[in-house]
Amino acid sequence: MSDEELQVNDSLDVISEIEDGAEQFLTFILGDEEYGVEILRVQEIKGWDTVTNIPNSPHYLCGVLNLRGTIVPVVDLRLRFEMAECEYTATTVIVVLNIEGETQRTVGIVVDGMSDTHNVIPSDIKPSPDFGNTIKTDYITGLVTLGDNMVMLLDIDRLLSVEAIG
Amino acid sequence: MSIDISQFHDVFFEESFEGLDAMESGLLNLEDGAADIEEINTIFRAAHSIKGGAGTFGFMAVSEFTHKMETLLDEMRNGQREVTPESTNVLLEAVDVLREMLTAVQQDKDTDDARIALVCEQLDDMLGGDESSDIEQESETASTDSDGDQPIGWKINFRPHLHMLQTGNDPVRLLRELESLGELSVNLDESQLPLFSDLEPEDSYLAWQMELISDVAKEDVVEIFEWVEDDCDLTIEALFSTAETSAEMSEAESAVAEPAESAVAIEVTQLAAEKTETKQKSSAAPVAASIRVGTDKIDSLINMVGELVITQSMLSQVGDNFTEEMLPQLIDGLAQLERNTREMQEGVMRVRMLPISFAFNRFPRLVHDLTDKSGKKVDLKLTGEQTELDKTVMEKIGDPLVHLVRNSLDHGLETPEVRLAAGKNETGLLNLNAYHQGGNIVIEIEDDGAGLNEEKIFNKAVEKGLVNADDKLNPEKIHELIFMAGFSTADVVSDISGRGVGMDVVRKNIHSLGGSIEIASEKNVGTKFTIRLPLTLAIMDGQTIRVANENYILPLISIVESIEIKDTDIKQVSGKGELYKLRDDYVPVIRLYEVFNIEPQITDLEDGLLVVVEGDGQKVGLFIDDLLGQQQVVIKSLETNYRKVVGLSGATILGDGTVALILDVPGLISLYREPSSKKGLVKPERAA
Repeated sequence: MSDEELQVNDSLDVISEIEDGAEQFLTFILGDEEYGVEILRVQEIKGWDTVTNIPNSPHYLCGVLNLRGTIVPVVDLRLRFEMAECEYTATTVIVVLNIEGETQRTVGIVVDGMSDTHNVIPSDIKPSPDFGNTIKTDYITGLVTLGDNMVMLLDIDRLLSVEAIG
Repeated sequence: MSIDISQFHDVFFEESFEGLDAMESGLLNLEDGAADIEEINTIFRAAHSIKGGAGTFGFMAVSEFTHKMETLLDEMRNGQREVTPESTNVLLEAVDVLREMLTAVQQDKDTDDARIALVCEQLDDMLGGDESSDIEQESETASTDSDGDQPIGWKINFRPHLHMLQTGNDPVRLLRELESLGELSVNLDESQLPLFSDLEPEDSYLAWQMELISDVAKEDVVEIFEWVEDDCDLTIEALFSTAETSAEMSEAESAVAEPAESAVAIEVTQLAAEKTETKQKSSAAPVAASIRVGTDKIDSLINMVGELVITQSMLSQVGDNFTEEMLPQLIDGLAQLERNTREMQEGVMRVRMLPISFAFNRFPRLVHDLTDKSGKKVDLKLTGEQTELDKTVMEKIGDPLVHLVRNSLDHGLETPEVRLAAGKNETGLLNLNAYHQGGNIVIEIEDDGAGLNEEKIFNKAVEKGLVNADDKLNPEKIHELIFMAGFSTADVVSDISGRGVGMDVVRKNIHSLGGSIEIASEKNVGTKFTIRLPLTLAIMDGQTIRVANENYILPLISIVESIEIKDTDIKQVSGKGELYKLRDDYVPVIRLYEVFNIEPQITDLEDGLLVVVEGDGQKVGLFIDDLLGQQQVVIKSLETNYRKVVGLSGATILGDGTVALILDVPGLISLYREPSSKKGLVKPERAA
């Protein structure tokens, strides 16, 4: 097949995938692991910026950020998952998410770097096995294999609820 | 014609509530003896508008109820009825009921039908015995059919008043609508038509006698004339196949008028019995989502925007070909921009400002009701009603003010006998005053009553365990005790007061507005509450302070003074920490770095500064590293996306784009008393 035909087939594949009721996820990296969130919940992605610390807040709460006039809390996901902390580099980003709950809130999470967007058919999502007593299992809605990696899909409403980050 | 008129509901409700307020103040004025015909007319017009509007939107219950009030008022303004205290009281009650009915309709809630029925009865009693000459009684058509014969149509005599045309109503349109209901035969009566030379083209001289053969109900005929019912003489009589004389008909009409009225009353009470008797008293007044702004304020805003645009284009011009020589122009331009921005800020804030009379207006009624119940005599004086304040502040200050006034009337002002015995005037004085001072609005509530009973307060506090019996408290401290939660010296709990949930909520509400409240009281002389509120919620004056390497903002209003201290002035008290001797007082020293769990850079008290602040009536000293600048800050909420943090009242964005946290003194004091359990977890340093 010529290049053009290949291209057309690829886009047809994409279209057919979306039509199957697939959801799009945005994936990011934390250490050796890859996590995903529903792309519709992502408001924006920005680089690391100065954050103002809030006294007497949990250690995984870096502080609050000025996002074009709104005060947005920023959570370090590594610390939230009780992983080892690491230095922030040029690829460290803040993913700003819209959280549903009693009210609509905007919260940012710090991750090592962004990965990709993927279309996932719901039937491909496997339930998360019981990892034991690690903190993560409460917040994972499922696992999906994308390419070579196993991606853990996050329930951000629970992960970043008012009680969780307060 | 099926326009969706529900989009106009909001306007109707707003105007109706305003009309009800006008009626209420008018009725209160009538009470004081001035039976002014103008006043009665104003009240009548307000009722009339509400009735008309309610009818248009299909709120028939409201319309019918208002109709009764309107009839009563009409008789008063025609001189057919005397203005008596009973009648004004019934009307005042009716205004209350109407307000409830409107709120219920607006919020789609149930109404307190028992109360409506009661007031209906009272109104009917007043009106009863009078032959209701207004044939537009919205009574059931069924009851008019006591003849047993179904009318084949209606005989309509329609004579517009002289000036009816000037209201924009055209008889021809009305006749056309009547024609659409059935077969209409019209007889013109031009007996009143003057000579052509005397004819005023805008006046109406003609009348019509018509017969409408149709099986429509009387209401449908009445509806056509709804808009002109006051501007014409209208009679509608049923037509029967047998040529009955109209005289007989009108006799039957008036005879059924009375049973019809009681039929209505019975129906209402029946409905009330069916529905459960839950007292659905509407809680707070519905928060209006719109505001009336004078066009002068809007015009000045438009001017300011124009100047802002000019400044902007001037600055962009400077920026386009910028060379160092143009620096003075840039600085000028920026100064101009600062002026424009400040003017706009003040202009926009003024838009949201309303005179405090809106909040004060409910007090004449409140005082009137409470003095009626208690038998006390009170003279209410309102001054400074034109003082303006922010709309949101005013809505939130309403309830605290009501509470304070109630306290005055219940606890403060004495009965006439007690007052005379104490050598005072029989009538007590209650003063509400408002004025601007600095960047704040000051509201004073003063009475010449018994003053705060310090002994009683102290004993009650000891009883509740709030203080120890051997604590020495000066009068001011004792006064502050009433702000504690659960405090009340009333021996008997009435529905006015005594439950002890008032004063602390009052103070909390005032604090949440960024304001403060003070008490001054002298036994047997009186009590004065002074409330200070910032003119706007969103912006406040702040003092930037530095603690370790973090900057925070302290509200300027809470700062008493800032001093450099010497170790010799500090006393260590076991169990209470460090105290600083400030003239005659000892203030606790709060080391902010401890409360906030941050690494301190200065720990020696002599190297830093002590800022004495006040919150919730207490003075404390905050130990900080340095004072930085003062500026106006825009308060941004932390709670929108995060949550309420004790010790912080919000955040703001500084000129360099970073977030600075605004401190809350009462919160800091409680943090100091009960340290947070999250001590010890040090966060990693992050550079931008």
